Amino acid sequence: MFAYYARLALHSFGRNPGLTALMVLAIALGIAVSVMTLTVYHGMSGNPIWWKSDRLYTVTMDNWDPQNAYRPDSRLPPPEMTYRDAHHLFDSGIPERKVLMYSSNGVMSAAGNTAPVPVNTRFTTADFFAMFEVPFLYGNGWSSGADSPPQPVIVLSRDENDKLFGGANSVGRTVRWNDHEFRIVGVLNDWFPLPRYYDLNGGAFSPPDAAYLPFNWGVELEQLNNEETDCWGSHPVNNFKDFMNAECVWLQMWVELPSSAARTRMQEFMDGYWAEQHKAGRFQRPRDNRLTNVSQWLRDRQVVDNDNRLLVGLGFAFLAVCLINTVGLLLAKFLNGAPVTGVRRALGASRRQIFAQHLIEVGALSVAGAALGLALAALGLAAVHHLYASAHLGHRGGYQEITHFDSIGVVWAVGLAVVATLAAGLYPAWRVGRLPPAMYLKSQ
Amino acid sequence: MLKMNDVSKIYRTDLIETYALRKFSLEVTAGEFVAVTGPSGSGKTTFLNVAGLLESFDSGSFQLDGTDVHELSDDARSRLRNERIGFIFQSFNLIPDLNVRDNVEVPLRYRRLSATDRSERIASALELVGLASRMKHMPSQLSGGQQQRVAIARAIAGDPAFLLADEPTGNLDSLMARQVVDLLEQINEMGTTILLVTHDPELARRAQRNVHLVDGQIADFHAYEPRPSAAGNAGAALA
Repeated sequence: MFAYYARLALHSFGRNPGLTALMVLAIALGIAVSVMTLTVYHGMSGNPIWWKSDRLYTVTMDNWDPQNAYRPDSRLPPPEMTYRDAHHLFDSGIPERKVLMYSSNGVMSAAGNTAPVPVNTRFTTADFFAMFEVPFLYGNGWSSGADSPPQPVIVLSRDENDKLFGGANSVGRTVRWNDHEFRIVGVLNDWFPLPRYYDLNGGAFSPPDAAYLPFNWGVELEQLNNEETDCWGSHPVNNFKDFMNAECVWLQMWVELPSSAARTRMQEFMDGYWAEQHKAGRFQRPRDNRLTNVSQWLRDRQVVDNDNRLLVGLGFAFLAVCLINTVGLLLAKFLNGAPVTGVRRALGASRRQIFAQHLIEVGALSVAGAALGLALAALGLAAVHHLYASAHLGHRGGYQEITHFDSIGVVWAVGLAVVATLAAGLYPAWRVGRLPPAMYLKSQ
Repeated sequence: MLKMNDVSKIYRTDLIETYALRKFSLEVTAGEFVAVTGPSGSGKTTFLNVAGLLESFDSGSFQLDGTDVHELSDDARSRLRNERIGFIFQSFNLIPDLNVRDNVEVPLRYRRLSATDRSERIASALELVGLASRMKHMPSQLSGGQQQRVAIARAIAGDPAFLLADEPTGNLDSLMARQVVDLLEQINEMGTTILLVTHDPELARRAQRNVHLVDGQIADFHAYEPRPSAAGNAGAALA
């Protein structure tokens, strides 16, 4: 009967093409707006490394001023760590992988070939690439042996390799970074995690760095953090060594813990260190040592702010208005066809069959509405993308990075469209099946 | 075959109750041609709707082919209606955006017959009403008489035991009306029981008996002389 009902649905659309178009448009607009807001929300709130939810943690400790919280409006410890604390925790053998890092500025050129260009550079440790599952186009990251003492090795992003070497395999070649020569050991493939969970300081939707150097080069070359650095206390900071010993938070630390037992041990290790430091006069605030997984980290750092949630709410409210209108139009259309329904009932159609027939008509509408809605959403997202890209003068990063469909977004959109429209059509389809047929047979 | 005992049907509003049928009893045997007459509002159409399982009733009993229809589910009533009953309406009630063939096919679709079976039945029914050549015509391309003949073809395509006709000639001129009644007689002679609601005493005389309704009750029975070709039905019992 499905094919028969589908044919009847087409007949029905042909009978009222204007009304049908209006309903499809109402559904499509509601779907488009909600899908657009949902896509942006999903881009913001998604955990780009969800499969490591139970393994990957960022490490934070509340080393802040006993008289003033780090952020009076939140109960969270500083999002970064001091060099002293991070360095100590980094020596723990508990994590399977551990990363210490910060971002800095530099200038780089291919040896003898090009003029130096400014590059965002990440000073990090060897596990960075394996921990965050960074894909390589050529070569690999450096080994942990290259971390300390730091070896003159460097990893480039694909974009940077394209700029300096025209996309050729540059592994083994050298570049000059701030007048120091580094040998290229790896070139990343395309990699743009959204949000940039591992370092939210430079903007949650900023592109990854262009170059990666062993962490200790940053210390040795006394490279300052180019992102957020917060300090408290009155210790004089006259040089980089003072800075490293000050109560300044500027380092991100991540650990990969393979089991809940390892997590417990790491927490105990942190608490033990805290107790030791507390006794020595540091850490005078209530103990707040945290291992935070990525999803919680994104929530804590408010990557998705209330405005975005409100926008999603408004998007769905608009969808609800569109669907309510569609329910009204469907009801009017189905009731207008009540005499024909009465004839069908007289000829042997059961309520269930009438319901199924009309539900398939609604289903066909929902498919059309979903298709048009997706097209409109794609257009809308492209427009927003264009708008933000213009504002960023063609550079990557920012909201434009999340204004495109991903596969999960499309599945969401199609599911939303079909479920929402079918839900909207349930009542009219049920209602028309309950009409007393005899009433309409005389009136046709 | 059709047996109603003390059937009452009441239409209720907040203020009043109206008996459309009041302790109505009637028995119709297989192959009969019964005319139901009466003034407007006498309950003729209500009787036909109850008999056709389109409306429920409030009290009494109603058996169709030995089945007590009162307790049947909607699915069962619909199936019974589809398999045992054919309807003919005053205003034809063809589905305007389906062609002749597709209109006749409607009850067969709900019976889930195979495409071949459906095609054979459609062709046979349209042949009987003389419209086999108009299968692709839309209802709007047919005259009133032709539309009613299509409606008759639709009603008989499923080979029902009962044909319920509600003023089938009410919208037709006398020539067309005569053709339609001839057709009904022909169908009756083939063994189909016909219940015909009409205002028209001349038309009622074409039936084997006449049940006259007033205020939802049977006021009068009238048996007519049997048609020569319908002799087998002449002895139909009066309830």
